Amino acid sequence: MDFGLLAQHIFNGLMLGVIYAMIAVGFSLFFGVLDVIKFSHGDVLATGAFASLGAVTLVGVNSGLPAIVILLVGLLAGLAAGAIAGVIVGRTLVLPLRHAPAVNVLLATLMAGTVLREIIRLGVPNGGNPKPFPALLPAGNIQFGSFSIGIDSVIILACGLALVGITHFVVTHTRLGLAIRAVAQEPDVAQLSGIDFQRVVLGTFAIGSALAAFAGLMLGLYYREINFNMGVLLGVIGFAAAVVGGLGNLLGAILGGFLFAGAQTLATIALPFSSAYKDVVAFAVVIVLIGLFPTGLIPEKSSERV
Amino acid sequence: MMNRRLVASVFAATVAISVGLWAAGDAAAKDTVKIAFIGPLTGGSSAPGLGGRNSALLAVQLRNADPKAKYSYELVTLDDECKPNVGIQVATKAASDKSIIAGVTHYCSTVGIATVDTYHRFQLPVVVWGAVLPEITYGNNYAEIHRVNGTMVDEGKLAAKFLADNKYKRVAILHDTTDYGKGQNKYFSKFLSESGGEIAATFPVAPDQQDFTAELTKIKELRPEVIYWGGLTPGGVRIRAQMDRVGVNAQFIAVSGILNAGFIEGAGASAEGTVSFHNGAPIEKYAQGRTFLDAYAKAGFREDPDAYGPFAYTAANLIMDAIEKVGPDRKKVQDALNKTKGYAGLVGTINFDDHRQNIVTPYVYVVQNRKWTYWPDSEYAGGKKSLTGLAK
Repeated sequence: MDFGLLAQHIFNGLMLGVIYAMIAVGFSLFFGVLDVIKFSHGDVLATGAFASLGAVTLVGVNSGLPAIVILLVGLLAGLAAGAIAGVIVGRTLVLPLRHAPAVNVLLATLMAGTVLREIIRLGVPNGGNPKPFPALLPAGNIQFGSFSIGIDSVIILACGLALVGITHFVVTHTRLGLAIRAVAQEPDVAQLSGIDFQRVVLGTFAIGSALAAFAGLMLGLYYREINFNMGVLLGVIGFAAAVVGGLGNLLGAILGGFLFAGAQTLATIALPFSSAYKDVVAFAVVIVLIGLFPTGLIPEKSSERV
Repeated sequence: MMNRRLVASVFAATVAISVGLWAAGDAAAKDTVKIAFIGPLTGGSSAPGLGGRNSALLAVQLRNADPKAKYSYELVTLDDECKPNVGIQVATKAASDKSIIAGVTHYCSTVGIATVDTYHRFQLPVVVWGAVLPEITYGNNYAEIHRVNGTMVDEGKLAAKFLADNKYKRVAILHDTTDYGKGQNKYFSKFLSESGGEIAATFPVAPDQQDFTAELTKIKELRPEVIYWGGLTPGGVRIRAQMDRVGVNAQFIAVSGILNAGFIEGAGASAEGTVSFHNGAPIEKYAQGRTFLDAYAKAGFREDPDAYGPFAYTAANLIMDAIEKVGPDRKKVQDALNKTKGYAGLVGTINFDDHRQNIVTPYVYVVQNRKWTYWPDSEYAGGKKSLTGLAK
């Protein structure tokens, strides 16, 4: 294999990895602050993607406005829809069940995900069908020998990496991040220090869910098609990535996302059997890693929790 | 007193006239006969599904408007979602309802093959209007199962011939792992090898797979002239879009599962030049085609008839003609359908062979200026535009 094609495979893996990482970071944020698994996360992603598509359609792809303006409208609508969905789930299901067994929250959020999914399926005209997503990013390819990549892919990858980086910065270097970390470490002491527990928790849910919504928009722009159940498998992959990286740890979630994408890409190019098994291979890798590192690749004790 | 008598007399007369009119009307009313329509009305294949439903409904509406028809018909529409498990449920629902005499059934092969046993068990005669898996008719000898459209054997043979005629040799195959995708791959690969073509690689993929960049990068390394997709529209859209992204400069050809407006809408500008194969000619080419299109437009359906709508229309008419001839009895209708020879349908003359499979001729289509265009009428066949993938 020449260098160009190898670079192409690496880029493909990075592209997938950044999408998985964004979803996994959300799982880690929620677990970090409140020890909960919010299983509606994948469906929040779909909600964000459909909200973006709805806003873009409403503005009109051929309205004469610059593509960047249309894209920004779609982005804002998606982020807002994701954040609102996250806050509603957090406020109505997660916080009231805070002291209930973890499995109750898990089930309640799983059902909330089904509700979101069905709202999209039944509420959007012909919502059961895949929807084409307009190409709003600049077309054209960058070519180096046998390496070829769309300009839109580069923009999507850069934005995804930037957003994961910004999230990490917010959590580790800002006052909000300090409050999030304080609540994560010791909620009672944090409240005694004057931190508004509920606001911090809901703020975390808004950030994590907006990240998922952003990933949904990225997927729409990248695959040019979205569908109502796109979040189901992505939610499971994001959760697996967060667990294998070390649930509750942002760097672990990012690492887990790229690892899962790497395993899928490698399974397709290196194994002699059908690429239909690439998900099987990637999940098998996750199972083995969880067996070897039960607390994740970056365990809590060696890192600061969210 | 007088007034009371008058009122009573008027009342009695009104009742008598009403009863008389009702009785007369009842004598003139036709018996209602139910026919099932089953296809994907939601999900990724709903565009052809809704086109098929509308077309079958149009056949029923036109028949009901015909004063010469002996019966009044009602179309019971059921959604199989292109999923075998859902298909079996709705097939059982239709087949176990004794008031349903026959069915216009299935666009998706995976559903079509899953339900044949159900129709046989409940002895419900059906006419398949879209599914192309050969085994639906040839894999059994059920007298209940008929099919007006062709099979993927015809499609695969034509695809291999088209590539040979256009000097293409090296092909990379992607197909989904459903019965439909596997069958398309099986027949296309067989005919391609027979016509001297070469298979660079075959990639079976999950039917709901979103990311094909890893497969396409591997394909890029193998430098095929053609990428063949054996699957449905959502996968076709994703592969076509991702081919550009990865920089694979090969000719994209695919089976009739993508021959619909949804593919062009989804793939956008990159759909141009995509080739597909279908066992029906453009509807305008048939004798009754223009009449059908005018009636379809007049009926005000929101969706296109799509590529297989004319087959659903033909299947519904075939069934209604059989019912007109022998009455609303499943066994008699089945026998009448079995004997179909030289039936002048919308999609040409229907002749069932010994497995109740209509004999058809497949045709080549190409996307030209955001429309599926009959190959002989296209600028590609005329030499004004050229396909891609071949070294100049």
